[in-house]
Amino acid sequence: MIRVILPQHLRTLAKVGSEVTLEVEGQVTQRSVLDALEARYPMLRGTIRDQATQQRRPFLRFFACEEDLSHESPDAPLPDEVASGKEPLLIIGAIAGG
Amino acid sequence: MSKVRVLVGTRKGAFILTSDGKREKWDVSGPHFAGWEIYHVKGSPADPNRLYASQTSGWFGQIIQRSDDGGKTWLQPGTPAGQPAAPGPPKSESNKFVYDTSAESGKPLTTHQWYDGTQHQWEFKRVWHLEPSLTDPDTVYAGIEDAALFRSTDGAQNWQELSGLRGHGTGPNWQPGAGGMCLHTIILDPSDPQRMFIAISAAGAFRTDDGGKTWKPINRGLRSQYIPDPNAEIGHCVHHVAMHPSRPGVLFMQKHWDVMRSDDAGDNWKEISGNLPTDFGFVIDVHAHEPETIYVVPIKSDGEHYVHEGKLRVYRSRTGGNEWEALTKGLPQKDCYVNVLRDAMAIDSLDKCGVYFGTTGGQVYASTDAGDSWAPIVRDLPSVLSVEVQTLA
Repeated sequence: MIRVILPQHLRTLAKVGSEVTLEVEGQVTQRSVLDALEARYPMLRGTIRDQATQQRRPFLRFFACEEDLSHESPDAPLPDEVASGKEPLLIIGAIAGG
Repeated sequence: MSKVRVLVGTRKGAFILTSDGKREKWDVSGPHFAGWEIYHVKGSPADPNRLYASQTSGWFGQIIQRSDDGGKTWLQPGTPAGQPAAPGPPKSESNKFVYDTSAESGKPLTTHQWYDGTQHQWEFKRVWHLEPSLTDPDTVYAGIEDAALFRSTDGAQNWQELSGLRGHGTGPNWQPGAGGMCLHTIILDPSDPQRMFIAISAAGAFRTDDGGKTWKPINRGLRSQYIPDPNAEIGHCVHHVAMHPSRPGVLFMQKHWDVMRSDDAGDNWKEISGNLPTDFGFVIDVHAHEPETIYVVPIKSDGEHYVHEGKLRVYRSRTGGNEWEALTKGLPQKDCYVNVLRDAMAIDSLDKCGVYFGTTGGQVYASTDAGDSWAPIVRDLPSVLSVEVQTLA
């Protein structure tokens, strides 16, 4: 079971609490986790990555195990702690005013 | 008894203001979509309970919201209301705005002019304006940034670009205005379902006479000192256009500078700024029952986006332009430095018609006597981006 922590506005949009849990088939990567997240919560499509290009939206960042994974390949395996459910994947909005 | 419903989009959420036909006591509902920028909320003329809202964020992108009960509850089209969809293929495509790059459109449609004159790739940023069909509640048009026109025919679940607009040939010369390269005005002609007008900052106004397949620029007579050729066919920063439904060939325009009028559906324009203290501004609108009575809110200049001389004044012309009177009763006449943005004025169809506008200072003002006097409905909302009104039976 993969754990994902969402920023406040996306929790409101998806009508969930701070943490959601997902079943991910195959290798656990940013792409496979986001695919599973969007499949379960379609209202989040386009809010984390662009609908057309699938690029991470520029003001969002991905962290896990106290590491910034934002610039890793979306197909790189996430840390074992995330794959095992011990640690969550954090999706965080950049602090840039607003 | 008649009712009115005022739909307000702000920088931090949407608000719905309702009153009976007297328009004296108001109920304020909101914020809806708290914390998000709501660029526009508009109701369907064919079904007043059908509302569409553009919810947007620099962080999280674009969301389209729809209400089928006059704003009491909302849903993202395609997702069951109030619950997550079951596992499986995503059902919601309602925020998917993908530019048409198909061969059928006949153009690569890949770049427009950037601020520095170089070519820049088209990138979807947000929906500025939602214009529901006059006859079908499930059909709605979206004006987006970077400028393009999209249409949904299934209640905003799926969107397709009307790519003939960007593909007609002048697209590479369009450039962003200060607020971005946005398609902000969509006017549907009630007498001709094939005719539609749109406007883009900073490209100009365009018209289709075949339901959106082909388009032509309609900017003859506009003159803009800030572009290399002041009389160019393309490049004018049109801020807003208004039309009275009884006279769809007559258009009124607030350009960056200059208030303009066309009597031939945009083919030719003439200036009607007349005695305005400044002819820079954003909003322009037409009286519900007098098609020669129009309203603007003059703004000091393009470098100083606030009202002139610290006075919030609506100007009304009863002669279709040129002769303007200041409407000040009930509006602050000193130390006022707010702006009124392009989609932030609306007019109801009661008798006497109500005029509404919202400011960047968070006030929404209403006049129940066609502008003679004003009072705030609310004073302290977040900065107002848009105001629409529905007159309900």
